Parts: sequence; structure tokens; C-alpha cells
Amino acid sequence: MRQFVSGETASALCLRTRYAILACARYEETKEVFSDNERFVSSRGVGLVDFKHAKPWRPASIILEVDPPEHTRVRRIMAKTLSPKVMRDQAELFQSVADQMVSEVVEMGQIEAVADLAERYPTTVFPRILGMKTSDGRTLLDYGEMVFDAVGPDNDIRRTSLAKGERVVPWIMDQCKRDNLTDDGLGAGIYDYADKGDISEHEASLLVRSLLSAGVDTTVTGIGSLLFCLAENPEQFEILKQKPELARQTFEEVLRYTSPVHSFCRTAGVDTEVSGVSIKESTKLLCMLGAANRDEQQWADADKFDISRGSQGHLGMGTGIHGCVGQNLARAEVGAVLTALLAQVDKIEFAGKAEWRPGNSIRALANLPIKFTKKGSA
Amino acid sequence: MMVKVIVTNIDGTEQTVEGKGGTSLMETLRSNNIPGIIAECGGSMSCATCHVIVGDNGLTSAGEISEMEDDMLDCTATEREPGSRLSCQIELSDELDGMKVSIPDNQF
Repeated sequence: MRQFVSGETASALCLRTRYAILACARYEETKEVFSDNERFVSSRGVGLVDFKHAKPWRPASIILEVDPPEHTRVRRIMAKTLSPKVMRDQAELFQSVADQMVSEVVEMGQIEAVADLAERYPTTVFPRILGMKTSDGRTLLDYGEMVFDAVGPDNDIRRTSLAKGERVVPWIMDQCKRDNLTDDGLGAGIYDYADKGDISEHEASLLVRSLLSAGVDTTVTGIGSLLFCLAENPEQFEILKQKPELARQTFEEVLRYTSPVHSFCRTAGVDTEVSGVSIKESTKLLCMLGAANRDEQQWADADKFDISRGSQGHLGMGTGIHGCVGQNLARAEVGAVLTALLAQVDKIEFAGKAEWRPGNSIRALANLPIKFTKKGSA
Repeated sequence: MMVKVIVTNIDGTEQTVEGKGGTSLMETLRSNNIPGIIAECGGSMSCATCHVIVGDNGLTSAGEISEMEDDMLDCTATEREPGSRLSCQIELSDELDGMKVSIPDNQF
């Protein structure tokens, strides 16, 4: 990825001949492509497969893989379902679970942070908020992995993830049904829109599916990456302890620095150009959010994790009309965990080698051995 | 073309900032480091943390409120007022030169 970002002569866009697509890794171009949903459409898939010519692996998402005006109708419903106000109303639940879980892992001293905290927290609070009558954390995680690896290419990663489908997909689709949701969660709220006639019953189930698709793996990655950044940069954690008002901003910098979703595609809907490079209709553009978030032309000292920098404008949640609709939920969850850490932890250190797991669109940790020093114990 | 915006800060002080025509009011406020403009989502109408209250002199020229923005304005941390807008949805133009905006107390 670096080779496209550094170097004076690097072109704004480069041709990836192996897949016959264009890729953009600079901030300016990536933002331009992501912001312009008229020239660069999502309805032809946000992966390498062009839905115009090939069938997607599952019925297409009615919020992610769609353009306005259909998109707008559905996006409004999801934006209201996941609004800042909803998250404020749930803040107490987020915080009490985070406080409890963090106190348990701090008592353990040394943990495998991916399983013990990063996966455990979202798979505990998310089904509750959604109102799932039965939940299975592992299956939720596996489905998230499938969705994010399915964008391609058709490599071993994708094939291994999709092979889980037979076990995972029927269970997921079952959980999206009205009958399997409590009447007081976000899921039931989506079905209320079906009752009002804003969407069909089937569309409601697909929107619940969107929540299950994108609501778990991403926050798991966010929490894991947060811990990674704080362990890797202990001086930054010290600054944060002195200035806890930087907590929200810290997560923004985690998003910029680690880019949980490292890339998604768009498809040129018309003949056009970006930064002087002409683009033919039907061309897939791989937008490398991870690279754009480390573009030295945009971010001074881009490879440094610095919670004091203004990280706003990063592309960690995408941007434009398809910007992550669940970002308030992500901030609420990760924020609660960070608040609990600041209250209970004095030091966060690696207790072994952290390993990243390769993914076709998500960059997540496979293992993260972490040692906590409890506050007041030194 | 530079557009002047008169900002009433959270602490009540007033200052004038300038932004390029065509850019969003949010970007202008952020690049001038106006306290209280968070804009976490970067302009996707998802976070409602770039909420401003537009003065009477700019209300009509600031353009229509889309349905999506309208939904978000119902979710702001500081209660919505008649002049409430998301600053990311206002594009600076000649007509807005001299517009007044005030920054609400809380964004989350």
C-alpha cells in the first residue's frame, strides 16, 4: 500500500492490472470518489464483482449496495434507528456493561484481548440493544467476517469465509425475523416502519440483516485496535490520562491510524475523470481508505498515532451518503470501553506479539495479548 | 470568492471567519478551529455534531433542509431551535456573506 502513497511521482490513481481495476490511495482522490455517489455508484457492488454482470453472493443490501433515490428512503430509517439520540438513551447500558467487563479483565491482569474484551463486549451489548431473543456471538462474528471478505477478490480468504455460509446464513436470516426479536429493541423499531408502510416486511428483515452484517465485526475491530494503539503508544495513554477530554478524539485517531475497513470499491456509472486520469464507465475503483488515512499530503507525520491531532475528516467511517450509518453506535460502544479503561487502568502493555489477520476489507487483530496494571496498585 | 461568517461562540464572544465559496460552513468553522464544532462523521449527516443556529439574516439563503438533515436535527444534543442547521449541509455562497451563526452548548 505504501508504494502508492509515498514517492513524488506516484500517480493519483494507479492501474491494478491483475484485477483490471483502478485504485486510489491518496486522501483527496479517495474522498472525491467516496463523496460523489452520482459518478461513482454503489448499486453495482462495493466489492470487485460488478453486480451488473454477475450475481452477488447474497441478495444485495438495500442500504449499502444501492443508489438514491431508493437509498435515501432506507437510509433515513436506519439513520433514525441508530441516531445519536438513541445512543444517548442507551448510554447507561453501554457503560454499566463496559465497567463490569473491564473490571473482570483488569482482575485477570493478563488477557487475550481479542476474545476476552474486543469480541466479548460487542457480542454482549449489541444483541441486547437490537433485541435478539437468542444470540450466538461466534456465529455473529463469522457472519461479519463473511460479509466483509465477500467483497473479494475470490481468494483463499474469501473462500474460507464463505464456506461457513451453510452453517451461518440460515441462522442469521432466522434471527432477522420479527418473531425472533423482542418488542423493545432496535430490531422491533425497524419493523415499526414496516407496520407504517414505509418499508415492506421483507425490507425490514434485510435492514435487520444489515445491522447484523456490519454491527459486530467492525466494533470488535475498533475495540481491539484501540487497545493495540494504546499499548503501542504508552506515552499517548499517559496524555489521555492527563486529559480525559481527549477520549472521543482518541477513537477518531484510532480510526484514522488503523482504518478498520481498509478498502471498499465503487463503480464508475459514467465516463469521467479524477485528477486528470480518465475513467471509463463500468470501471471498478478500489478506494483504499487505510492508505488515504495515512497520506502524508493530508496528515502531517501520518504514521504517528497522535491523539492530540485533529483527526476529523478521516475516512475510517467512509464519507458521503454511504458513510457508516452505525457510527454513533460504534462511538458509543468504544467510548464506553475507553471510559471504563481510564477509570480502572493505569497501564496497558503488550504481553506478547499482536497478530493481525488478513481480510479482504477489514483489518482486524487475530491475537492481542495484553497486560493491564490496575489503577492504584503500583 | 471569500465569504464572511460572523460566529457567536459558546462563551458568547463574537468573531468573524472567512471561508471559500463552494465549501461547507462546517469545513470553514473547523478550519478556523471554532470550539464546539465536532463534525465527527465528516459530513455524512450521521452524527449531528456540527449543529449550528443560523441567524435570521442567513436562514433563507442557507438553502432547504433535506429530509435526512431534518431527521438528524431532531436528534441534536442541544435542543433544536428554529434556526438549527447542520453546518455540513450549508454551502457557502455570495448570498451568505455576512451570515450570523451561533454555536450551541453541547454537541453530544
